[in-house]
Amino acid sequence: MIVTPREARVLTGSHFMLGDHACAEGALAAGCTFFAGYPITPSTEIAERLAARLPAVGAIFVQMEDELASMAALVGASLAGARAMTATSGPGFSLMQENIGLAVMMEAPCVVVDVQRGSPSTGLPTLAGQSDMMQVKWGSHGDYEIVAYAPSSPQEAFDLVVKAFNTADRWRIPVFVMADELIGHMTERVVIPPADQIPRVERKRPRHKPGDPSFLPFLAENEDLVPPIVHAGEGYRVNFDSLTHDERGYPATAAAPHDRLVRRLVNKIRLHADQIIEYEEALLDDAEVAVLAYGSTARSARRAVIEAREQGIRAGLLRLITVWPFPENKIRELNNRVKAFVVPELNLGQMSRETERFSSRPVIGVNHAGGAMMAPAPILDAIREATK
Amino acid sequence: MVETLLRKPLDSATVRVPLGQVFLISGRCKGCRFCIDFCPKDVLVESQNMNAKGYHYPVVAHGKEDACVNCGFCSLVCPEFAIFTEEV
Amino acid sequence: MAEIQVESHPIDALFRKDRLPHIWCPGCGIGPIAHAYALAILESGIPQDKHVCVSGIGCSARAEGYMNLDTYHTTHGRALPFATAMALVNPELEVTVLSGDGDLIAIGGNHLIHAARRNVDINAICVNNFNYGMTGGQVGPTTPPGARATTAPYGNYEQPFILPYLAAAAGAVFVARWTSLHVRQLKDAILRAMQKKGFTFIEVLAPCPVGFGSPNDIGDAIEETWLYRERCVVDHNASLQSLEIDLRRKDVPFVMGNFVDIERPTFDPLVMMKEKGRE
Repeated sequence: MIVTPREARVLTGSHFMLGDHACAEGALAAGCTFFAGYPITPSTEIAERLAARLPAVGAIFVQMEDELASMAALVGASLAGARAMTATSGPGFSLMQENIGLAVMMEAPCVVVDVQRGSPSTGLPTLAGQSDMMQVKWGSHGDYEIVAYAPSSPQEAFDLVVKAFNTADRWRIPVFVMADELIGHMTERVVIPPADQIPRVERKRPRHKPGDPSFLPFLAENEDLVPPIVHAGEGYRVNFDSLTHDERGYPATAAAPHDRLVRRLVNKIRLHADQIIEYEEALLDDAEVAVLAYGSTARSARRAVIEAREQGIRAGLLRLITVWPFPENKIRELNNRVKAFVVPELNLGQMSRETERFSSRPVIGVNHAGGAMMAPAPILDAIREATK
Repeated sequence: MVETLLRKPLDSATVRVPLGQVFLISGRCKGCRFCIDFCPKDVLVESQNMNAKGYHYPVVAHGKEDACVNCGFCSLVCPEFAIFTEEV
Repeated sequence: MAEIQVESHPIDALFRKDRLPHIWCPGCGIGPIAHAYALAILESGIPQDKHVCVSGIGCSARAEGYMNLDTYHTTHGRALPFATAMALVNPELEVTVLSGDGDLIAIGGNHLIHAARRNVDINAICVNNFNYGMTGGQVGPTTPPGARATTAPYGNYEQPFILPYLAAAAGAVFVARWTSLHVRQLKDAILRAMQKKGFTFIEVLAPCPVGFGSPNDIGDAIEETWLYRERCVVDHNASLQSLEIDLRRKDVPFVMGNFVDIERPTFDPLVMMKEKGRE
């Protein structure tokens, strides 16, 4: 698809737009200055659009030799000061895990869009899945916390990519937008606001001047546990290390500093989850069955909830916007008043497990390994099952 | 006597061979002997003393106090940045 | 005069003095290489604040941590794509990748050939000590044939790369090989690499007495360095295919030199847009 390059970063207006293209436009609107990626179905349209749009606005697009290099490039670009993004799908996502860990360890803000497809392995390249949901949380080795969003429409893909850049810069983490092939390849109305209405959160910068010997680049002075970031060439001469490090950035490979660092990296998000978590509630106030859904499946879940209500069942929908951090407090609260949870997913049970962790009620999964949009009917069946 | 007259360079009055002063950070030395073995003037020997890590650092050999020509090779080849020279 | 004991070295301004002495073994060649790099930085005319050192994992990759620059100790093999991104985002940076043979050539091999192909404006210094030193001396893609290593106890039966040949074939515009003993030539080569636009690759042979020397009956670092000294010849015009290193064949010298110094278009993603005069 040929896109006429335009100098306007923000395509303000009302568009009929492909989900993948909405991701690309979200990146542009958010001020993305660097994209490094590798073609992979069904995310390639994001790269193709950005290959045309980014150079036209003076930003960098580079197709790297593989996803390992792409993710490494993202971390490098981020630490040189760029707002950096990549887009991939399951097999590429697996390759990126190593340097996702690097982004976590170096606290390098960046955005990764995963347009999920049928998995495992090469799987179903052209058809939807939602089976990377646990991988996005646990895919790299070690203890760490990230933020993952799940758009349910091309409009939301645009909005959440913008949000992902801001969340990444705010908390100095890699942030994930877990789309799926259905969202990526559907065309729907996307409204893009004027440039001055696009929210923008800047990275925290140090109060120390370059060369100040008292500056500790990995000391989090504030309660939010986020240290100020410095970029290459600014004169701070900081060491960024994939090894466990102390507040100076020097390798400190011993038990005490390691525990201190990993806890801070984890608590950075865990202790502030309430500032990050977002979900949408529909008809939950008096619900006896709570349907928990996300991504493209949430669209079918909404239809199933409406039909259940028409049949007199008090069903409600909790649509996850952030899948990670998981809204455990909301689940605990719902657990007090619903009979059961229904969790439809295009996988064989991933977020249902997380739901089980925080509920004592039955959690009924509606599962398919992927390859087609989930219809409302099996979800409605499960809702009916839940009322028994 | 004749040999001394014939072998003295004709420009020896104007061309000076530099004289170097050896500086040592003995605490950094790891006893690899690169400086000792590669000094073109054999200025250095291993000391009898050790540093805190137990390595015998180099010292100027007896009788070689004026032999250093400030070529700088010890400084360049030392893996520990533990030795350097300056012209006197 | 006798030696004078002091507390600091003239090159200390380029190093993180509070982290010295470094972790490398007595007689390791990485120290002189870092020293040559530091001297090149001082002579480069580029401010110290704009120099950036990126590395992967390994003993050689630890050098960045000791240098008083913006430094990045990344994941094994991934220094080159990381460095590529930095160089693209901020063209004012002078980016040098200082890493080892295992890191840059084995796990990082794919990234090496692509960085060279693209001709990214970064400098690669590959310390070649013929083994994986940090992990105890395993065999690697530059281990000479027949040499012993912990994962080649019967002697290496694989063929090694000829690094200058590989880098030149992939498109590097400046390719050189020196040893940690040829410190002046090495410093000059690094300086040339910094001043040259495009992907430059310098292989530096270094003694590794513990990881390589010991299993191969080389007594200590002095003996290993003398081995290089005796067998090295300098020939800038040598053919790249002839640059093999085989410890067993005494008739085959280790050839040093600045073998390649050419011009190729450099990697600049925005140039094409500018040159075509797009709106």
